[in-house]
Amino acid sequence: MSAENTTAMSRTEIFANIRRGLNRSENDSQRQQTVENRLAARADNLIPQRAQLPFAEQVDLFKAMATEAVAELIELNSIDQVPQACADWLSRHSLKQLISASNKELTALDWSPLEQQQIIRTERVAQAGDIASLTLSFAGIAETGTLMLHSSEQSPTTLNFLPDNHLVVLHRSSIVGAYEEAWKKLRETFGNAMPRTVNMITGPSRSADIEQKLQMGAHGPKKLIILLIND
Amino acid sequence: MQINTPFFKQRAHDALADVNLQKALGNLKAGFPEKRAIAVSRMPEFEQLRDQGRDLKNHILEHLDLYLEQFENKVIENGGHVHWARTADDANRIILDICKQVDAKTVTKGKSMVTEEIGLNDFLEANGVQPVETDLGEYILQLRHDHPSHIIAPAIHLNLEDVSEAFHANHHRPKSSDPAVLMQEAREVLREKFVAADVGITGANFCVAETGSTIIVTNEGNGDLTQTLPKTHVVVTSIEKVVPTLEDMTLFLRLLARSATGQEFSVYNTLSTGPRRKGDQDGPENFHVVLVDNGRSEMVGSEFQDMLRCIRCSACMNHCPVYGAVGGHSYGWVYPGPMGSVLTPQMIGIEKGGMLPNASTFCGKCESVCPVKIPLPKLMRHWREDEFEKHLQPKAARYGLAGWAFLAKRPALYKPYTRMASWVMKTWAGKNGRISKLPLAGGWTDWRDMPAPQGKTFMQAWKEQQKAGEQP
Repeated sequence: MSAENTTAMSRTEIFANIRRGLNRSENDSQRQQTVENRLAARADNLIPQRAQLPFAEQVDLFKAMATEAVAELIELNSIDQVPQACADWLSRHSLKQLISASNKELTALDWSPLEQQQIIRTERVAQAGDIASLTLSFAGIAETGTLMLHSSEQSPTTLNFLPDNHLVVLHRSSIVGAYEEAWKKLRETFGNAMPRTVNMITGPSRSADIEQKLQMGAHGPKKLIILLIND
Repeated sequence: MQINTPFFKQRAHDALADVNLQKALGNLKAGFPEKRAIAVSRMPEFEQLRDQGRDLKNHILEHLDLYLEQFENKVIENGGHVHWARTADDANRIILDICKQVDAKTVTKGKSMVTEEIGLNDFLEANGVQPVETDLGEYILQLRHDHPSHIIAPAIHLNLEDVSEAFHANHHRPKSSDPAVLMQEAREVLREKFVAADVGITGANFCVAETGSTIIVTNEGNGDLTQTLPKTHVVVTSIEKVVPTLEDMTLFLRLLARSATGQEFSVYNTLSTGPRRKGDQDGPENFHVVLVDNGRSEMVGSEFQDMLRCIRCSACMNHCPVYGAVGGHSYGWVYPGPMGSVLTPQMIGIEKGGMLPNASTFCGKCESVCPVKIPLPKLMRHWREDEFEKHLQPKAARYGLAGWAFLAKRPALYKPYTRMASWVMKTWAGKNGRISKLPLAGGWTDWRDMPAPQGKTFMQAWKEQQKAGEQP
């Protein structure tokens, strides 16, 4: 039997089993209405108090939670300071490479501080062996200190995972309290079409698979550096 | 995977005497339960979230067919493919077919218990496709030709020395006993595999009907490299994982990490929606979702429907005194602990899996920590009833229970009998009040003494107390 037939027959049997179990027919308009309503409403479930603080406190919570998750936090007053901050951080760790996303906001900056340190900045997808990347965060979620990034022409997903060090620019104004607010922001930006990949990132990669002892830097970045722009 | 569930007793016996295993299990007992308790204490709304999680799962199951249809439509709308697999065998053939279509030689894998359930690795290997596990724990197990003993900490039964030896034997590098060095080694070796793979296979923690997205929840980032680098991404998951909206998924995400590892949130929560978009510079060109049934659709409407709420967090096994004593391999198949004791008989049959629902003290800890409040002891009891009705228990147990029931229903016999039995045991025990050998109770007395009854039966003591209460 071909794989296509297998899947068609399986589908029929699975749906028949479920409907038999529920004692429902295929055409049950009341159930259909219930499902359509729920999908359209996109109602919030319980949102914890900690995610509903006034904005200034949300920012503090974001910083505290991100730091707890072992992200490094560098605060800047303007996005114009990003090249210098990158140059400083990279040279402090003796690194000479930065693979960057090509969002206009990033490409428009004056990158001469990198040149002074002989750091080579490239805009491309990440490759195995890359040392550091720079991307722009779509949102910061205060309740757990989580960054939300999404794939786009300008921001390939590999930049978030392959390099050893991941530097991420986050505007203070992009910080929200709850995950739900980030979903709403995403829908406002993209309508009903989700980007191919949405990454929620909380701290650098880790594993406790050897004797339940936590080790940092498993397969993703060993360091996550958040450049928080207080604008 | 080979089914060893009928040998639970022997395997548990061996596990108790296995010094290395007991050492490894000690790490579990000290780890997850404590971390979960802290995470829960930091989330005052946790109980309410559990109630909402239970209710939402119940709503989903009552409308499972409709949410699955919606999910399927959305995946297709986004340019992906959906495949339905009634059985493990169907699923394996569908996945192999996808691999053959792109002429795949090697396949990287993110951590997935559903692929363990269907025995995907052996099937692919037998058909000329090399699977490479990339989760650190799963990778260690693959090198050792071993299987997970826990659903989120697969190598929990191993110690550092085991990992050190496995890496030394396979990586041709100097032997190291430093976990950080070992992890770096795995990182370097697997990086080449990630880049070379033709297909990436991951599981999914949830499937979002609203958007046609699947999500994986990980800490290592291996799942992300698995699904981003190869040309083809295959998501292998099961039909009960569907949720209505992103908001509904969020409810479960708040419960999952806290219940599982005790983290506030796992490091990487990644949504995948269809293949790469026009202009994207990376990401898979083909996106497939294989929805596995394997006995689940038969649980809908049955006395086991509640089990379909499970979000695979592992809190039940992390808190189970039986799991903590004998480890996951004693259970003899893919899913161990309380959730496995309910699920396994459904998937391999009560005839083979009947030992598992009996491997419980019914202490109730599992139900009390379950993020979606599955009544696990009640479901295990259903299996015991089923087993009793089908005459599957050993004769000694059946006749013993029948004999006890005969007495218990006849107070005029029961009272003098227990009075006599308690006197005999007390006399037998002698001065120190402990019995070191008892016929038919070797399972107890081989390991520890049995405290002897102290003379009076419960009924006698009760009567005397009532009388004393009447005379102030």
